[in-house]
Amino acid sequence: MTADSNPALLDTEGPPGPGADGGPATAGLSSARGPRARDTRAYLLYVAGKLGGAVVSLFAVLVTSFFLFRLIPGDPVKQMTGGKRVSAEQLAAMRQEFGLDKSVMAQFFDYTGNVLTGDFGTSYQFHAPVMDKITEALPATLLLTGTAYVLYTLIGIWLGTRTAWRNGGLGDRFNTGLALTLYSVPSFWLGLLLIITFAVGIGPIPGMFPTGGLESGGETGIAYVLDVAHHMVLPVITLVAVGYAQTLLVMRSSLLDEMGSDYLTTARAKGLRDDLVRRRHAVPNAMLPTVTLMFVNLGTVVAGAILVETVFSWPGLGGLFYSALSVPDLPLVQGLFFVFSTAVILMNTLADVIYPLLDPRVGR
Amino acid sequence: MDTQDQHGRTAAPKSTAPRRPHGRLRIALAGGAAAFTLTAGLATPLNPAPQQAAAKADDGKKVLTVAVAQSVDSLSPFLAQRLLSTSIHRLTYEYLTNYDPKDNKAIPGFATSWKPSADKLTWTYTIRGDSKWSDGKQATAEDAAWTFNKVMSKEGTATANSNFVTNFKKVTAPSPTKLVIELKKPQATMAALDVPIVPKHVWEKVDDISKFNNDKDFPIVGNGPFILTDYKVDQYVRLKANKSFWRGSPKFDELVFKTYKDQDAAVSALRKGEVSFVAGQPALTPAQAASLKGEENIKVNEGPGRRFFALATNPGAKTLDGEKFGDGNPALLDKRVRQALFLSVDRQAIVDKVFQGQAVEGAGYIPPRFADYAWKPSADQELKYDPKRAAKLLDEAGYKKNGDGKRVGKDGKPLDFRILCHATDPNDKAVGKYLKEWWGDLGIGLKVDCLDDVSVPWYAGEYDLAFDGWSVNPDPDFVLGIHTCPALPKKAKESAATDNFICDKKYDELYDKQLAEYDPAKRAGIVKQMESWLYDSGYMNVLAYPNAVEAYRTDQIKSITTMPTAAGNIYGQDGYWSWWSAVPADGKSSSKDGSSTGVIIGIAAAAVVLVGGGVLFALRRRSTAEDRE
Repeated sequence: MTADSNPALLDTEGPPGPGADGGPATAGLSSARGPRARDTRAYLLYVAGKLGGAVVSLFAVLVTSFFLFRLIPGDPVKQMTGGKRVSAEQLAAMRQEFGLDKSVMAQFFDYTGNVLTGDFGTSYQFHAPVMDKITEALPATLLLTGTAYVLYTLIGIWLGTRTAWRNGGLGDRFNTGLALTLYSVPSFWLGLLLIITFAVGIGPIPGMFPTGGLESGGETGIAYVLDVAHHMVLPVITLVAVGYAQTLLVMRSSLLDEMGSDYLTTARAKGLRDDLVRRRHAVPNAMLPTVTLMFVNLGTVVAGAILVETVFSWPGLGGLFYSALSVPDLPLVQGLFFVFSTAVILMNTLADVIYPLLDPRVGR
Repeated sequence: MDTQDQHGRTAAPKSTAPRRPHGRLRIALAGGAAAFTLTAGLATPLNPAPQQAAAKADDGKKVLTVAVAQSVDSLSPFLAQRLLSTSIHRLTYEYLTNYDPKDNKAIPGFATSWKPSADKLTWTYTIRGDSKWSDGKQATAEDAAWTFNKVMSKEGTATANSNFVTNFKKVTAPSPTKLVIELKKPQATMAALDVPIVPKHVWEKVDDISKFNNDKDFPIVGNGPFILTDYKVDQYVRLKANKSFWRGSPKFDELVFKTYKDQDAAVSALRKGEVSFVAGQPALTPAQAASLKGEENIKVNEGPGRRFFALATNPGAKTLDGEKFGDGNPALLDKRVRQALFLSVDRQAIVDKVFQGQAVEGAGYIPPRFADYAWKPSADQELKYDPKRAAKLLDEAGYKKNGDGKRVGKDGKPLDFRILCHATDPNDKAVGKYLKEWWGDLGIGLKVDCLDDVSVPWYAGEYDLAFDGWSVNPDPDFVLGIHTCPALPKKAKESAATDNFICDKKYDELYDKQLAEYDPAKRAGIVKQMESWLYDSGYMNVLAYPNAVEAYRTDQIKSITTMPTAAGNIYGQDGYWSWWSAVPADGKSSSKDGSSTGVIIGIAAAAVVLVGGGVLFALRRRSTAEDRE
């Protein structure tokens, strides 16, 4: 990205760099092994460092997940037999089967070795490979939280831009207040209110949506797609309502920071319409902190939303994590924790890697 | 992003095409998201009336939908432990015997009759000839023998039903209608073997039974009143009526167990008519029941429950070898102290205030719905609420009140107890507050320890008292067995079958005697003696028998059998009576949350056109605006 000091170029391809007063760091150098090569090398080194950090973090997660969940009280074997009459011999045999009779360190080395080959073990309560259970529930979670993510990000950016641009006005105060109020509302409570109001129906409002689940069952083709969409409305609205405030506030504050900048004054001085000044000049630069937040939020999409998934009986990873913790189903808990953490680490690393491309001042 | 060429020159500005591709992309994305939301939103029939379910879905099927909170742990009868899974197995496979819904007595199931040998060690079952598997093959004694032998084998030690076969020596099928089970020692529970019989010709092809969940190939071959046709994890289990079931076909065409992880959402679904029945988990709360009682077309069913809710005392934890461990208060080793605690608990107040009337006052160990085994103390024996008598007993035991009103032992130590409470159970916490008050009046201190998981201090014997509770089966053998000496742990602090470390020679003798007694009336007499002993010991103070509280729509279900039939529960019965007997209400449609597909598609298409048009208009407007710049 370049920022040319020539104002005439300011409304050309791409937004100006932050602090438009400076030209590109590489300007004026033209040898073949010059700025680009050096920049590329520096960037690659930077990326390698970030990737190295990610690998270390993943290993830390692996270790933490194993030992952390060993602290959960309870005897999985006793939980699994569900209060049935089991002899001491049977309990011992089950402990042996699940490797619970070994020392904690021996269990840890077994676990680490297996994870490196992609084997997270077998769920105690579902008698199925952990990865099978995770991949079974992942699509439902991605569909719900992914849709909500796209919507609350777009709404947050759009509203954040407008509230900042009309800072202090009635619209700003109303939108910011509403967003903060919804942000503070417990999501499960809002979900239940929506169920009572729009699923069951109240007063003149008819019950329009299903009370829960992902599908009615028995539908195929386009009818199935629409049926799923129908079931998604209320949980998505719940997640968007409690989720968009964060993006709105970050976008709003970073745009407010940009609004006093000289390059905007210059743009206005050129006679550009206010709408264009905002869209072409202010917003692209104000987007940088929001992009970081978007990646962080994207990492959490995989983890689903335990409370909202529970209220709407959504068959995703959030609910699976809850049922795994209640046993405790150690292999499943560890597998889920590892997947959630990996998603967050990967997204943060991706943000780190992409950020210098958006803002040349980073990573140099 | 970087617009410099390889020589470091900055690219010239484009003089044409002022519209930026990513701007268009952004609008397209926004349009797409909006289209999706609108589509979803509009894919919604405005339907103010609750969907009158039942009796006919779009295809004319009569569907009964049951809202359940549990997940299926496994659809394999060899692995399933949870109530939902075992209830489904009750509906899809036959068991040797069933329980009469009127009085819980054993009645024919897969077996038409059964009798023991003179030495009590061999049981012979006659297997019915009119039961067919859903794939058309005849179900025989060979299937039953194969099932029991598979449970007895060590393949997959986590088998669900191994407790039924620990005393089996040999199981054979000399003919298609004859099953013979040889025992190591006499066992009176042979007409209460709750083991689903599976088709040998299907299951013998399974490679590893310990990893096979029976949830891939539908319909699943069975011979119960229903056939399992579809299952989606944490969404629903769908069954269809088995028209050739030997006892007669169910009246509903389909039975669907639909997952609702939130009980309030399930109640909302019932109110709307999306489901026909809501199973309390374990019961609807008093508030939920009260809110449903006034609703049109909804019946709240309150029946005597199968659970007891009790206070257990730590009698001094020890291993099988007699090694003592834990730190239970030694004052509780004195029967007079235990009985004083018993006498200072107002059980009726707990039923009225904590359970808000949705329970029956506790007495004997086995709930009154199991009439053959239920026992009540005589007037002389009863330890009813009597704080004065409790104070007298404590004085006799050497725990007198000091100047501060505190009870102190001969060693000068105040009498203080700890009680383990389940943090997840509001009843524990509420009763804990009453106990603090009642025992405080007596001069006894109480600390209520509420934990998410009480099992660790419990198995370690590190408690004085604990809130306890069990679901009781028609055959009481299991709940009696958890208080015998062989149930104690092998090693200190290791989990075991024991409930709370009770070990008494007299009780064990009675336990062995009832297990070897094949005469039902005599056996019931011995069981009652055991309950009497438990009551006097003060080890288990049964406070209440919580009712089963559930609700269903009368415009979808015309009639349904409870168990016991006179007044009982519907969900989680010992048998398939409720769902097998349920009669659809006339002329209504069945529970269905779907909507008219044609209407949805029409509205959704209109929405897409509308939004698409809007996006195009925005793009055009923007391009002209940019041309004007």
